[in-house]
Amino acid sequence: MIEINNLTKSFGKNLIWKDVSFQIEDGETLAVIGKSGCGKSVLLKHLNALLYPDSGEVVIDGQCVFDLNYSELRLMRQRFGILFQGGALFDSINTFENIAFPLRYFTNKTEGEIKKDVEEALEMVNLKEAGKKATSELSGGMRKRVGLARAIILKPDYLLYDEPTSGLDPQTSEEINELIVNMADSFDLTSIVITHDMHSVLSIAEKVAFLDSQKLSWFGSIDEMKKSEHPPLVEFTTASEYKIKA
Amino acid sequence: MEALRQLGQYTLLLYQALRSVTEFSTYRENLFNEFVKIGYQSIPIIMLVGVFTGAVLTLQTAYQLDTDLYPAYIVGSIVAQSVIIELAAVISGLVLAGKVGARISTELGTMRVSEQIDALESMGFNSVAFLVLPRIFAGILMFPVLYIIASTLGIIGGVIAGAVDGILPAAEFMKGGRLFFFPEDVVFGILKSFVFGFVITSISCFKGYFAFGGAEGVGNATTQATVLSCIYILLADFVLAAILL
Repeated sequence: MIEINNLTKSFGKNLIWKDVSFQIEDGETLAVIGKSGCGKSVLLKHLNALLYPDSGEVVIDGQCVFDLNYSELRLMRQRFGILFQGGALFDSINTFENIAFPLRYFTNKTEGEIKKDVEEALEMVNLKEAGKKATSELSGGMRKRVGLARAIILKPDYLLYDEPTSGLDPQTSEEINELIVNMADSFDLTSIVITHDMHSVLSIAEKVAFLDSQKLSWFGSIDEMKKSEHPPLVEFTTASEYKIKA
Repeated sequence: MEALRQLGQYTLLLYQALRSVTEFSTYRENLFNEFVKIGYQSIPIIMLVGVFTGAVLTLQTAYQLDTDLYPAYIVGSIVAQSVIIELAAVISGLVLAGKVGARISTELGTMRVSEQIDALESMGFNSVAFLVLPRIFAGILMFPVLYIIASTLGIIGGVIAGAVDGILPAAEFMKGGRLFFFPEDVVFGILKSFVFGFVITSISCFKGYFAFGGAEGVGNATTQATVLSCIYILLADFVLAAILL
């Protein structure tokens, strides 16, 4: 379980959000929504201490991640997989090596076992033939899939997605949404998805956290969101082409 | 205040790099890659710099000493010693600040703004051991090698220029060179290049590692890395000369 308690973050004098608190149960998929620039990605990077808050804590299985020393933190981070917004693939190596990268450094697997694992991961994200491609040859959707394959290769407990469907056409977005649901089901993952794509939210999430006006404005299940009359949330969700109230 | 903050950040980065020295398996592969990129791939430009520095210095020294008051071979003494003590190290350092420093800061800066460094850290990787440490190590170890190449070719360039221009025969040049050759001057030059290697690679790693703000941010980081490297090379050169000569 991930508990976020009274998290406050600012960059210089610019307050991002204050006193953000919520919980994510094991196996749940949470969507964090909000306008562009409201600090969704910043919140995501606090979960595995890529960023540190001004105050507050992120507790994972009873341990605050900000209290860990660097060695403990590195072990804890291996429990997370992250799909970054642009894929964050290493452009000096090809697709296969990108996915194999964590296996080579964190496991004692043989070359044959690594090849098998990478091929399985590529098959899972429907990119069976892309292993030999340079990352520069991949489209936006393919980069996200390869990023996803790399994120799951060490079988993490938590999978974080930063804008997984942004910049993609509707069909590819739908495929990514399906992958997110499949990943959560196949590996019994706890997933946190940062997005402002309401169609994605409705397709993949069980719970929703809405960031607005530098705070956690609303938190609840998908059903509760559909019934909610919280004005900022209603304004945000109905601005989408998917008018969820309709 | 900002300068102090950056100094603190730079010191912490170096401290983290130092603490990661034992993680050899993390940076072994990158270390050998950097030996090639910083050392081997810089040899052509360093050869060019060395030859022309020695050649031009010979012509200019001969022009300035165009009098019967000094024997001709004194040109060889001045050129050889200037190249060994100062020019091979400093001019190579300034050229490598552009070639090596700019590459390092651009590479790391691009990795930072495209979240590749975040991706490394999020996997549980020590990104400083993986990216920063091998570059600094390779700089420290390769710059002295490049200095030796530059100073050797600087003297050869001087010999050739002197002979071709008819200023003094090669034998006279070498006689002058040997007359004031002190092995400790070579040690001093190697020490300088060692320091310059550290200055260039550490500053460039620092600027690239903490780059922000997209393509413009990477451009700014690269410019700052190159300019600061040049400034600190000149400062370090002065301090070392004041202390050791």
